[in-house]
Formats: sequence, C-alpha cells, structure tokens
Amino acid sequence: MRVAVIGAGVVGSLIARELCKYDVEVLLIEKNLDVGWGVTKANSAILHAGYDDPVGSVRARFCSVGNAMYTELSRELDFEIKRTGSYVLAFNDEETAVLHKLLVQGEKNGVPNLSIHDRETILSREPRINPEVKMGLWAPTAGITEPWMVAIAAVENALENGLKLFLNEEVVDFEKQGNRIVGVITNKQVHRVDVVINAAGLFADEVAKLAGAEYVPLHPRKGQYILLDKKLGNSVRSVIFPTPTEKSKGILVLPTIDGGLLLGPTAEDLPSDRKNDLTTTNEGIQSVKDFVLKLVPEIDFSLVVKTFAGLRPESPQKDFFIGKSEIVPNFVNAMAMRSPGLTAAPAIAKYIAEEVLQQQMRINLTTKKGFKPERKGIRKYAELSLEEWQRAVKENPSAGRMICFCNEVTEAEIVEAIRRGARTLDGVKFRTRAMFGRCQGDFCMSKILKILERELKTDASQIVLKSPNSWVVDGKVRE
Amino acid sequence: MKTDVLVIGAGAAGMAAAIAAAKRNLKVVIAERDEITGGILNQCIHNGFGLHYFREELTGPEYAERFREQLSRYAGAIDVLNDCHVLRLNRDRTALLVSPKNVFELEAKVVVYAAGARERPFGSLMIPGDRPSGIFTAGVAQRLMNIDNRKVGRKALIVGSGDIGMIMARRLTLEGIEVVGVVERLPYPGGLLRNVIQCLKDFNIPLYLSSTVVEVKGSERLEEVVVASVDEQFRPIPGTEKSFKVDTLVLSVGLIPQVEMLNGLVTLDKRTRGIACSNTGQSSNEWIFAAGNCTAVFDLVDYVTKEGERAGEYASRYVNGERFSLGVPIVPGENVMLTFPNYYNDVDDLTLYLRCKKPMEKALLKVGGFEKTFEDLIPSEMIVVKIPKQKLSNLDRIEVKLEEV
Repeated sequence: MRVAVIGAGVVGSLIARELCKYDVEVLLIEKNLDVGWGVTKANSAILHAGYDDPVGSVRARFCSVGNAMYTELSRELDFEIKRTGSYVLAFNDEETAVLHKLLVQGEKNGVPNLSIHDRETILSREPRINPEVKMGLWAPTAGITEPWMVAIAAVENALENGLKLFLNEEVVDFEKQGNRIVGVITNKQVHRVDVVINAAGLFADEVAKLAGAEYVPLHPRKGQYILLDKKLGNSVRSVIFPTPTEKSKGILVLPTIDGGLLLGPTAEDLPSDRKNDLTTTNEGIQSVKDFVLKLVPEIDFSLVVKTFAGLRPESPQKDFFIGKSEIVPNFVNAMAMRSPGLTAAPAIAKYIAEEVLQQQMRINLTTKKGFKPERKGIRKYAELSLEEWQRAVKENPSAGRMICFCNEVTEAEIVEAIRRGARTLDGVKFRTRAMFGRCQGDFCMSKILKILERELKTDASQIVLKSPNSWVVDGKVRE
Repeated sequence: MKTDVLVIGAGAAGMAAAIAAAKRNLKVVIAERDEITGGILNQCIHNGFGLHYFREELTGPEYAERFREQLSRYAGAIDVLNDCHVLRLNRDRTALLVSPKNVFELEAKVVVYAAGARERPFGSLMIPGDRPSGIFTAGVAQRLMNIDNRKVGRKALIVGSGDIGMIMARRLTLEGIEVVGVVERLPYPGGLLRNVIQCLKDFNIPLYLSSTVVEVKGSERLEEVVVASVDEQFRPIPGTEKSFKVDTLVLSVGLIPQVEMLNGLVTLDKRTRGIACSNTGQSSNEWIFAAGNCTAVFDLVDYVTKEGERAGEYASRYVNGERFSLGVPIVPGENVMLTFPNYYNDVDDLTLYLRCKKPMEKALLKVGGFEKTFEDLIPSEMIVVKIPKQKLSNLDRIEVKLEEV
C-alpha cells in the first residue's frame, strides 16, 4: 500500500504524519525546496477558536476540534503554541450585535468558554486598545503558533516513522488505469501509488484537474502584513480582531510566538493566474497601517522589521473541499484551505485517515508497531539554565558561539537545522529564527552562508535564499 | 569571575575605552562577539581612517591593528574575549557571557558599553514589491566582499549616498560589478564630499538625488528596481519612474545605535536613538558608561576613538571612587537636528558634536556664551567643536542653536 500526499504545507504534512501511524508507505511530494513554503509560510499564524465559521460548514466542523488538538500535537511534536485568547472588538451597537451572533454561532460550533466582555474588562486586559471600544467577544482557546514549524515538525516526525519526502519535485501528470491513478508523474520521476491525497494548497485545483477528479476553482486571496520588532511584543497580549465582515475577518493586531507584533492581513482577491504573486503594494501596506490604528492607536511604525504578503486559497463556496473523489476512486481532495485551514489541519488529517480512507474507501489500515509520536525540536540554548548550557558547551563548543544576536541563535542550532534538512538560507531561518530578528540578518547572514557551505560541502555560490534561482552570492572576488 | 571594567564590544570605541582603563591600572575584560577585535573596521578596507587621530591615512584594518597592538601590550590588565557575546546585563552589575569556551557570569564594577550600530534593514523601509535574493545592506555586501571574498552580484544599484553607500559603489565597480547608479532621497549627497568625488565622480557613477526606490521586482533573484523622483515631503512623484534592470540592490540607508541590551537599564535619547550620555560618557545609570555609535552615529572613527577614551577614563575614575552627576541637559535648538553628548558636567571642557537640520551656507553656532561661525553646513557632516567650560558656567540647560547668517 503506497499513499502519495501532494503538497507539504501544514495540511499535507499533518496528513502524511497521520498516515505514518499505519502500515503504509507514505510519500510526500513538494515542489518547493522545503516544507511549509506555500500558503503555510505567510498567514496570520492563528489558532482560531471557531466562532467565525457558519454553522454546518466544513470549516466549522474541523476548526474547534483542530484547535483543541493543537495542545497535544504541540507537546508531541515540540513546536510552540500560545493560547493567547482573542478579542473581536465592537465599536458601536451594530458591531455589538454581530458579537452576539458570533457568540451563538460559536456555541453551536462547540467553541468552549466564549464570553462577551465590556469596555473596562477589555481595557484592563489590553490597555493599548482603542478606548472607544464598546464590547469584545473573548475566546480563550484562540492562540498563535508558527505555521511553518507545524509543517516542519510533522515532516521530521513522519520521516522518523518511515516517510519518504520528495522536495523540489513538481507533479506534472498522473498515470491512470481506467479511472484509477497508478502513478504520480513528477518532473523528476514516476511514483507508483495506490492512493493519492491532494493537499496542493493554491494549486490543488490544478492537481485535481490533472487527475480528472472533482475540484473547486481556487483563486489566491492576498494578505499583506507588517511585522514589528520584539520591543512591541508586550503591547498586545491576545489576538485582536475587528468585527468581521462578509469577506474576511479583517485586519488584525496580534503578538507573534517570538514576541514580535504582526499587523494584517489585507484581503485582496486575485485572478487564478496570479498564484505566485507575493508582492506587497503601497496601497496594501497603507491600508494595514490605517486600519490597525483603529484597534490599537499607538503603534510605532519606526519599529517595522519587514513587510510581506501571503496567499490563501479561496473558492466560490468559501469552504474547505475535502473528501474522496467519486470519479477517481483512489483520489482524495483536501483543498480550498482558506482560514481557518491551519487550525483545522490536525482534525482534517485525522478525518482523512480514519474516515475517508478507512471507512469510506474501505482501506484496511493497520496500526504500525513502533510508531514514535514524539519529535524533539532543535534545542534552544539561550533558553537553558546556566548549568545546562555550560554542560552543553563543554560537549559542543558551537553551542556557545552566538550567530544571530537578535534572536540568540547559536552555531549548534544552525548546524542542527542543516542536519535536519535545511538547505537554503530560508531553510535555516524558518527552523531556527536566525535572520528573523530586528536586523534581518545583517550580522549573521554571511556567517550562516559559510556554515551552510561548510556543512553541505558545497560552494557559497550554490546556496540559494529560497528557490532554485534565488542565488545569494556570485563567484569570488579574488581566486 | 570578577573585573573592574567590563567593556562590551571591541570596535573603535571599546578598544580605546579598554586601553584608557588599563592605563589607569584597572583590570579590564573586553568582550567581542566577533572572532577578532576591530569591529566593523575590519571590513572597511578602504582608506581615510585616522586623519584626525593619527594625522595619517589608514585603512580600517590598519586602524584596528594599531589598537589591537596596544591591547596586547596591556595583556596583563586587559583580558580580550573574542567570539564572546554578552547575552545579558543585569541590574546587579553582573553580565552573562556566552562563548564556545564557556558560558559564565562576570561581575563588574563598571561597564563601558560600546556595541556600535546596526544597519537599517531593507524590510523596515516597507518598499513594495517582491522579496527576492540580491538585496543587501551595504555592511553585509562589504563583509561578503571584503572578508568572505564573495561577489554580491553582477549589476547593482545603490540606495543611499551615505559614506558606506558611496564607498561600496566604488568597491563594486573595482571588482567588475557594474554599478548603474546611486539613489538618494535627499536633494544633496548623504555622505562626505570627498567620497562623492573619490567614489562616484571619479568612476562616472551617476547620483540620482531626490529619488527613491518605489518597487523591487523578481520573485527569485532580484531582476528590476523601479526608482522615482520625490517631492519635498519625500513622496514619489507619479510619472517619474525609471527602471533599472539589476540583480543586486545595496542599501545604505542609515545606522541605528544598538541599545537593546540596555533596555530598561538606561535612558535613550529621542533624536540620536542612542544611549543618552553625559560628556563623561556616563549614562543615566551611574555604573554604565557608553561610547561610539551606540550613543550617536558618528561620521569618523577618529571621533569614536576619542569618545571611547573619554568613557574609559571616566569609568576608571568612577571605579576609583569619584562620582559624577549627569550634569545639565544639552538640547538641540534652532536648525539643530541632534547633539551629542546629551548632558554636560563641568568636570571638563565640552567636545560637542552636532548635526544641522538643513544645508546652510553660513551659520552662527551659539552654545551658552560660546559663538562660532561655520560655512557650508550639511546635515550629513557632523560639526565638532570644543567649548571651554568657562563659556558654559551657571547654565541649567544648554541650548545649541545655529543661526543662519
């Protein structure tokens, strides 16, 4: 039994890991150079509580369940989550009415402990919020994480449990016998398979089309963000939403896991042929700035570290499209993962393994003996006690060589990231947070380039930032 | 471990401070997070250093080497720790030091903080467009070329006509990288006139004044940079866009004093964004002295050395029991953008550094009872003036003014 999962975003990675719990051969095929680099890499990184999604929607079905699963998942896979709680703020009576609707909807969706707070309570918890606030919907189960770390951790754990990972490999076609898929054809090889699971993010509609299966058309919805320095990390403690509109949850203010402040996203619908458009625009960034000041009036934009854009897949149904194909009997879709795709992902992974594959497709999956559910993250030396760190440095001096000063990342952590699969500057960055801080790599990028060169036994000119043609340095100045 | 003086950072300011303290027979630990002492000087292989301090022209590494030699002459008194990062400085005057040799706490009687400045990164500029590779700050490009022996690209545009930007324009050209121009937001060059001539004019590199980058294109490696003219409020003027097909963008858009380690321990100055200091180098926290680009960004390393020596001297006197008050505040007045130091204590004459707000043909500097005329002032060239203490007596506040004449 061989199952190919297409797309190593957070959904595909968690599905692949879930399948590794059974006696099947799992292949994970990703066109990027690393895992979690599509939709997963740039979004608001929120574990949504689950009150936003219409009752009865697929989103609602998986959101609050997925949210709850993150507690155990983050423990097993050793990635960080913070249950910061979230506020939806209302500034007038109309908006207050919406909060009440959201509360009811949330309760129907099974979201625990929702409550509506008055102005005083909100300001006592979040003193930086615009004092004109009237009411706020408080959702204590909401939280934040680092989405790419979820994917990285899931894949690392899956690899420990037998996963075969194919990076930098793009699915170009399928080989079929009758309606069934027998081979996944990539730009590099053909993989013989019994089942295909389509978690190809923004491109999942195209993959489904290639397979001749059902799909919903996807178009990218762009979200532009502003990231601010860690200095501002304490200015808000929870995720701050405006009252949502039909189109989106709005532009938010939220802390990041490592103590920064994230502002955004915009919601700009792009045509389906712009699935690679990650450009930021003046208008987009300006609208983020203007909007967030209504929520938190005093934001010091001189502390901006970077701006970026992410794309989330949107479909006409505005809902996830998950399930087995009626046309292609061994093809399963997990597509249209708009918000709250990150939150729902663990629940979707479990659903696909247990209900779609086993019950609906009657595939007999037997539990793998010796499945190791736990993965350890890269040790962060700066978080150790003095004694522990001293011991670590005696064993391995590079644990005492600080490379990234902003985020306190040692050489040992960077070497470990490379050992675990980082092949690019961004690969190191997303695994260790080096180059992620206020100086954005001004001090450490050249050092990390050299460490990559040394560890990969290659030449710096061969090392890329993120994609095959994103070279960093050219030849030598002097031979 | 214990020491009299902990110097954080072994660049120009830190080395000078350590030597000054050792000369006064104190025990000094100097912690440098890089592999060798010298700081950014090591990557500045161009000349022009030391004209004021040594009365001769040196390269950055040569300048650093002179102080490195002196450090070694005081080997008994000064303990140089390379590859050693000060992770934390605590209120109880202990510091946590991290190096491949050990992680340990050091107790100091006084600290001289000389951590320098960092560059404004590309991300902070909020320039719209793609996020490709090939965008470097000038310092990173300099380090890659001059220390790591790597070319940063093939065809480049430079943003910012500060000294580093112009020097890198020349450096890239000399190594066969085509530099298509230097873009400057201000209507005048951001760096020293001598660099405009020696780095741009002599190499026929065009300087685009009153211009800014409005977009970067290229989803993998940089492919194109769009530049537009700006109005007086630095807003891009639509229709003036010009496109440069380059694979490399080098940014020299300003330095920010590195102060993060001292968060909550000392007061910062709003204008310099650095550690607010008295003319003794003392910060608002009596046992923390500071010098160099972490206090204010200086034009010349010679000034930084001088300030390092001064901080080292007063820090030593503090260890030996002398106590100083911060003194009276020095505040920028008419036409003055920033001043350093931020306080004046009349233990000595005042060496005052200031930057004007706008270019002026002729201006009269007024500080207390002191007056002096200057000509051809531009904000990018720091004014340095020594003011005798007699001219500053009996003031509870020193305002620094430049009256246009």
